[in-house]
Amino acid sequence: MNFKKAGLDSCPLTLGSTDQSEGSILRSRWFPFFNFAHAQFIFKMAAVQGGMVDAKDELDIKSEPPSDGFGNSNANDGRLLSSSPGAGTGGTATGNNKPAPGPPEEQQTLLAVLQFLKKSKLAESAEILRREAGLPEDALDPKGTDASGSGPGLAAGSGQVDGVDASSLLSRVTVSSSAAAQAPKKAAAGEDQPDVSVVLSAYSQQGDPSLYDAYYSGLKRFIESVLDCHRAELSQLFYPLFVHMYLELVYNNNESVAKAFFEKFSGDQECYYEQDLRILSSLTKKEHMKGNETLLDFRTSKFVLRISRDSYQLLKRHLQERQNNQIWNIIQEHLYIDIFDGMPRSKSQIDAMSGSLAGEARREANKAKVFYGLLKEPEIELPLDDEDEEAENEEGKPKKKKPKKDSMGSKSKKQDPNAPLQTRIPLPELKDSDKLDKIMYMKESTKRIRLGSDNLPSICFYTFLNAYQGLTAVDVTDDSSLIAGGFADSTVRVWSVTPKKLRKVKSAADLNLIDKESDDVLERIMDEKTASELKILYGHSGPVYGISFSPDRNYLLSSSEDGTIRLWSLQTFTCLVGYKGHNYPVWDTQFSPYGYYFVSGGHDRVARLWATDHYQPLRIFAGHLADITCTRFHPNSNYVATGSSDRTIRLWDVLNGNCVRIFTGHKGPIHALAFSPNGKFLASGATDGRVLLWDIGHGLMVGELKGHTDTIYSLRFSRDGEILASGSMDNTVRLWDAMKAFDDLETDDFTAATGHIHLQDNSQELLLGTYMTKSTPVLHLHFTRRNLLLAAGAYNP
Amino acid sequence: MAEERRQKQCSVVLPTESMKAMAESVGVGQLQEDSCVALSEEVSYRIKEIAQDALKFMHHGKRRKLTTSDIDNALKLKNVEPLYGFQSQEFIPFRFASGGGRELHFYEEKEVDLSDIINTPLPRVPLDVSLKASKEQQKTESTEPLKVVKPGQEEKGTIQGKGQSTTTPDGKGKEKGLIRLKPRSTHELSVEQQLYYKEITEACVGSCEAKRAEALQSIATDPGLYQMLPRFSTFISEGVRVNVVQNNLALLIYLMRMVKALMDNPTLYLEKYLHELIPAVVTCIVSKQLCLRPDVDNHWALRDFAARLMAQSCKTFSTTTNNIQSRVTKTLTKSLFDDKTQWTTRYGCIAGLAELGADVIKTLILPRLTVEGARIKAVMEGPVVSNIDKIGAEHVQTLLLKHCASVIAKIRPQPDNVEQYRAEYGYLGPMLCSHVVKARTQATLQAQQVNRTTLTITQPRPTLSVSQSGLTGSGGPRTPSIIKVPSSLTLMSPRPGTPSQPSPPATKYIVMGTSAGAASTQQVITLSSSQSASPVTSTVPSATSTLQPLVKLESGGTPGLTASRPLQKYIVVSLPSSASSSLEPKSSVLPTSISSASLDGGIKLERSESPGVSTQSPH
Repeated sequence: MNFKKAGLDSCPLTLGSTDQSEGSILRSRWFPFFNFAHAQFIFKMAAVQGGMVDAKDELDIKSEPPSDGFGNSNANDGRLLSSSPGAGTGGTATGNNKPAPGPPEEQQTLLAVLQFLKKSKLAESAEILRREAGLPEDALDPKGTDASGSGPGLAAGSGQVDGVDASSLLSRVTVSSSAAAQAPKKAAAGEDQPDVSVVLSAYSQQGDPSLYDAYYSGLKRFIESVLDCHRAELSQLFYPLFVHMYLELVYNNNESVAKAFFEKFSGDQECYYEQDLRILSSLTKKEHMKGNETLLDFRTSKFVLRISRDSYQLLKRHLQERQNNQIWNIIQEHLYIDIFDGMPRSKSQIDAMSGSLAGEARREANKAKVFYGLLKEPEIELPLDDEDEEAENEEGKPKKKKPKKDSMGSKSKKQDPNAPLQTRIPLPELKDSDKLDKIMYMKESTKRIRLGSDNLPSICFYTFLNAYQGLTAVDVTDDSSLIAGGFADSTVRVWSVTPKKLRKVKSAADLNLIDKESDDVLERIMDEKTASELKILYGHSGPVYGISFSPDRNYLLSSSEDGTIRLWSLQTFTCLVGYKGHNYPVWDTQFSPYGYYFVSGGHDRVARLWATDHYQPLRIFAGHLADITCTRFHPNSNYVATGSSDRTIRLWDVLNGNCVRIFTGHKGPIHALAFSPNGKFLASGATDGRVLLWDIGHGLMVGELKGHTDTIYSLRFSRDGEILASGSMDNTVRLWDAMKAFDDLETDDFTAATGHIHLQDNSQELLLGTYMTKSTPVLHLHFTRRNLLLAAGAYNP
Repeated sequence: MAEERRQKQCSVVLPTESMKAMAESVGVGQLQEDSCVALSEEVSYRIKEIAQDALKFMHHGKRRKLTTSDIDNALKLKNVEPLYGFQSQEFIPFRFASGGGRELHFYEEKEVDLSDIINTPLPRVPLDVSLKASKEQQKTESTEPLKVVKPGQEEKGTIQGKGQSTTTPDGKGKEKGLIRLKPRSTHELSVEQQLYYKEITEACVGSCEAKRAEALQSIATDPGLYQMLPRFSTFISEGVRVNVVQNNLALLIYLMRMVKALMDNPTLYLEKYLHELIPAVVTCIVSKQLCLRPDVDNHWALRDFAARLMAQSCKTFSTTTNNIQSRVTKTLTKSLFDDKTQWTTRYGCIAGLAELGADVIKTLILPRLTVEGARIKAVMEGPVVSNIDKIGAEHVQTLLLKHCASVIAKIRPQPDNVEQYRAEYGYLGPMLCSHVVKARTQATLQAQQVNRTTLTITQPRPTLSVSQSGLTGSGGPRTPSIIKVPSSLTLMSPRPGTPSQPSPPATKYIVMGTSAGAASTQQVITLSSSQSASPVTSTVPSATSTLQPLVKLESGGTPGLTASRPLQKYIVVSLPSSASSSLEPKSSVLPTSISSASLDGGIKLERSESPGVSTQSPH
């Protein structure tokens, strides 16, 4: 998984030198990231320092995103996975010489001398030497050398050169940056623990620790004094600056200063960062920084801010005037400022989008085309009606030919322009039983109740009583005939909620005896003696956190703390496969709506796409900065949405593994996701008790539903998409008017282009009903095919 | 506030003394102060780290409470071996100790003798997880949602709550697999629920039998009634209270059928309402007078029916804590042993006890057979006796024979000697003997035939039309209507199901037949009695009037149809119109006293001979 990660981040050269063992510990996953990040900042520094003198910097910055940050810009499939180690090794061999093919030796020598001069405070000599050697200005800049770190020495110097080189050759961003990564990498390789120290070397001494306070409050004063319209935008700087300054102080062993700094300014931060601040506050020693994941997230990913050009100019001017290099450095190294032209955003607009671990999503991240339309329903036209009748006849109550169903008919007629090609990803062929099920589905859907704000669904609540061992996951089959619960005692229990009991298939010996030609062979293979309402599946060795029925009701998936995903047969009620790959708890898993594929996500921060007949994942979706807490398939099965503890939602393309959407705006870990039935919208719920609605096509937040007071664990759209139901830890089910929420959208071009949304606060209008349980958190919601809402949870005395 | 908290977060570190104490506990003495500081900072940081990870597990476990297993899992995440043996459901009591200038908190671990653990009996197996469905919102034709709750309003908390809250408060009602809850306050019913309640209650006590059947069916099967349960319970309890006073047998029967339907509903938990229901039921068993004309109305069937309800609720709800069964038994026994107890009450007591099962019969009724036999003998063979008493005695005798025979058949060795029986059981001995013999011979056959619940309440029955009751004013004799009662409803059948329709209170002619085919052959005798002055009440056993306005006719009936019961009785009664008025002075004494007392005492009042009826409430 390590090299996979690296591959995603477009840095094949680093691959060979990273730890490739599959079972390496958590920390090591980040090796490539560190190296890469280091290279990036050197490169960036060089680029930007050029920019400080000419106004080209924004361009420089903006030209970068394709190469860093959000992953998966490279092809990202299994083939790459297998081939990358080899490629990486090759890269390592040649990497060092590559970037500066011309006069690397001489330049390095000169640089070394320059450094020496500067160290000895011989500024004038250095200046002269620089001029004579024709080196660019950046070598002069005191920050430049500082930033390259006191540790790496000569090697770092070469890194710098690379950076310079790169700054002049922006078109070669990818190559040079990856090459540049080699230098610090090599320097680091000499040390015992290259990972952390390389990253952290950015935090080498940069200034008088006692001045940090002054710097920060200076900036604070400045921002508070600017015009209101800019203030909100610039206030975004506070949090990342605060974090990085604090970490610098800690890294440099200024513990008491750091503590004072934290105490003085932590109160200024937005309340939604409280969770991270808490983690930060416990971090008071340099030693702690090793292996702290949250810290690494800060270090390895740039905090993304979106600021209007005007505000940015204002900031830059201020910092230049004040010679506030410390802050400028941090901005350049650790922040990614996404500059846009136009009106500065308001506070509420900013607040709506911020809150994630690494700032907002870059605009580019959400530009890719997403085929959110639904797939054409295969072969349900004429053959279906025939079969329909056959089915009727079998049941012994023949019916007149029914008028063709309008909804299905029209759907199959015209191809949605936004739909992916039918064959974009291979889908399993329909079996006869699937067709029968489809027929059942259509029959049921003709009886479906049309919901709306004036016609709310009835709710049936399934309460798990005596679940002292802890109910952790629930799923209901699409036809609402089975309900399964995952428990903290490692068991999975399956109930039949219809009078039809659960039966096992007979044993092999008994199966030999039955007449295979008989019409009711499917009935005969079942063992009547095993009929019961409840079946318990044993096999996991840790709490079962995710559970999902296959669409054909033959299989059940469960994911557990023990790091495995298990596939159970609902014919024999035994475990068929244990999928191993996540080495850490797997928080969620879900079957594709077409079966065969399933997705899982867990503590190891990657989501994996599997097929039931492969014991290794087909795709690995990496990019989240913290645990993946929930996973959902798009109705057309071409995309997968993942929600994470880093408070972002990402949408991944199943075909190529790319991340095609990043949604930020939640202020807490995301625990529930739901696609609207038409595939256009996504709803997400988080620990902050808010439901956010997203337009997938435009990559925009389109709504915010406030009302819940605790974590939202379940979200579900009604079958026709009119109602959104949300279930929460606060023991309520709430119904929202989804139609209205999506109808009211004004998605003009400007909004679509900038992503600046104006959310009106209309939660109360959209809230159609609140239904309280006594003391039962609502863990799962499900709309039956006739739009009866089923809810489930364990009674919590 | 948040700031303060954060500042606190920043600075919280374990005290160095703790480090020293911990070091000592693992055998390291003399730890340097510096080391302690360094250690405590490190340890504090690691603990915070683990706590953060543990929180993650808590969130995914969908809990609000952090558990030790979360910590274990967080440790596992860090490749650290979990701390085994710290699972504890309860709060872990830390102990505090000071001495030698040191203060310590510690966790007291007791030494446990393994043999104690091995020898203690196994605890009860915890209940398995079960799934319970409850409909939150009944969709009706109306578009208005039934129960939209404004936030904060607790009412809807009953999604699954009501059912659970009705369990016994002591948490012993485990047989239902439920969870203890605090009692709930008021429950508001939605408009539609109110409509439903009104419809149901009206149908249950109304005149239309078909409607009633439907309503009772609904009560017995509808899963969403828990909210109305308290109201139903009060309805029944109040209804019994009022109608016992008014001797309205029909309504009492309807109410008992409601109780039965409630008990039949698997989604209802009646424990919470037994304090209302049981007194009502017991009243219907032992009440001295249940109908206006105790000599003719078949209140015996109601007693039988109520006795079975009683037995059923004892079986279902009796626990070691509420002791319903023993309390009921005690009460019944007490009034049974009382010499002054009337025949009606006596019958009820015996029926109630007998329904509780063979063991109860064996221990409580069999020893009484001699006494009861003597008492019956006194009435049957005694010189002048009230007809009502005689009927009562007959019923008691039949009842005793019926219940005791099968029990005796089981406990007595085979040769059934009449003399022995007489010696042992006195007056009833010979009859018992023949019954026992019969019971033995038919044991194998009847074993399968005895079916306690032969009746389906949905079965619409021919009814005595209640509209006749409106004609009470007319003194002239009306054509008696012959009612066909399905044979399964035979009033005298050994195990009557739901009691059949009784006569409306004021109807003057009551004809009871047992078989449809017999209707044409029945003779209806009307007798107008002018001796109405004689006090005719069942409540006066010592009444010695020789002229009773009652004609009893016993005939072989239609042997073909009633083969199983050779002794078929047709009772045709006509009461003179003046009789009812003549009853007034006599019986009015009771109602007035009742009405005054009924405010608090409820059911007990009219029945001073049946003590403890109102003390039945299990709670």
